[in-house]
Amino acid sequence: MFFPISGAHISPIYLAIVGFLIGILGGFFGVGGSFIAGPALRAVGLDWNFAVGTDLAHIVGKSVVAAKRHRALGNVDLKLGLIMALGTIGGAEVGAQLIQILKRAGNVNLVVSVVSIAAYISISTFMIWESRKTLSQNKALQRGKISGVSTKQDQSSFRHVTHSIQRLNFPPMINLPVSGVTISLWIILLVAFVGGLFSGFLGGGAGYIRMPSMVYVVGIPTHLAVGTDLFEIIISASYGTLSHAIKGNVDILIALVMNTGAAIGAQIGAISTQYFAGPKIRLAFVPLPLIGAAIVIYTLMTGHKV
Amino acid sequence: MRREAKTLERMKKETAKTLRAFLIELAIYAVLVVAYFFLVLHFLGEWLYQLEIRHRYTYGGVAILLIIGQAVVLEGLTTFLLRLLRGRSE
Repeated sequence: MFFPISGAHISPIYLAIVGFLIGILGGFFGVGGSFIAGPALRAVGLDWNFAVGTDLAHIVGKSVVAAKRHRALGNVDLKLGLIMALGTIGGAEVGAQLIQILKRAGNVNLVVSVVSIAAYISISTFMIWESRKTLSQNKALQRGKISGVSTKQDQSSFRHVTHSIQRLNFPPMINLPVSGVTISLWIILLVAFVGGLFSGFLGGGAGYIRMPSMVYVVGIPTHLAVGTDLFEIIISASYGTLSHAIKGNVDILIALVMNTGAAIGAQIGAISTQYFAGPKIRLAFVPLPLIGAAIVIYTLMTGHKV
Repeated sequence: MRREAKTLERMKKETAKTLRAFLIELAIYAVLVVAYFFLVLHFLGEWLYQLEIRHRYTYGGVAILLIIGQAVVLEGLTTFLLRLLRGRSE
């Protein structure tokens, strides 16, 4: 199929399958999946600028489907998502500016690669340690299917640190009744800002940073963190799509085709979260940042984008 | 023991029913999506191409509206198909 905006010939079946796979990941983990979509689009000959911009547009569509499903399951904290969107957009702008500064200094590729590898491996290592410790401490959570309200009752070995962060009294304090958390507005904005910073700096939605941060720093239960992250991604990725579309980096026809597969995948992923306890979702999340790290290491060593 | 075996049997039947419903849904969905490729994208393609060249800001807005609109419609369609095939609320 010919896509006139980007001038690319790509099989719609390939696009729908890629969308389907990313949809499952997004629905289950609350991530955009750009570390797969970008290389997958690049692999069929799409220019990098179109791969990045089109992927963002596709993320918007997929996140709408997954967030709607999560909302129906009671997994979205709208108030938290709206506050976080503000911080994310601010962080993304600062991240993009940092990239421009590094470009002028002439060492953007090395710095971005090293930062991203360190971030990905740190997140994975921490999550392996925390989720395994939590699972071994709480054997009850390993009894298979957990349904209804009990799935929202999250356990974490890092809870004591999270509680200390929640007790920091920097007004205004924000009450989040859906998540069962009262926390300083500045901590929420800081978490969102850092996620946005990584998004602007490394590309994609940076769900691999934001979702764990929401769980470990803000203290949001894992299921709610996944759903709320998806809702927040709709706003921040829409902003990114608009920005890239104006620069001529979005082939919306490709994104629409990818979204047909993602619509089913995202529903499957979202429904699947109900069958897993929080620590198990977090443990299953671990390979995602490692895949990202592997892609960056490959790029750094070979000099070629995947 | 007999009760456990019965429960296991019921769960197996339920899983088979869910899987069958999902495969039927996937087949119906695939037919609808193929029709969508040929009808909607074919007619939209040229118009969006021209819009992208001449009116970038409008194109950006239309792109977001299209992707969100399609996502809402597809989410509704898949939910409807699931309800129709399984005969219960999803």
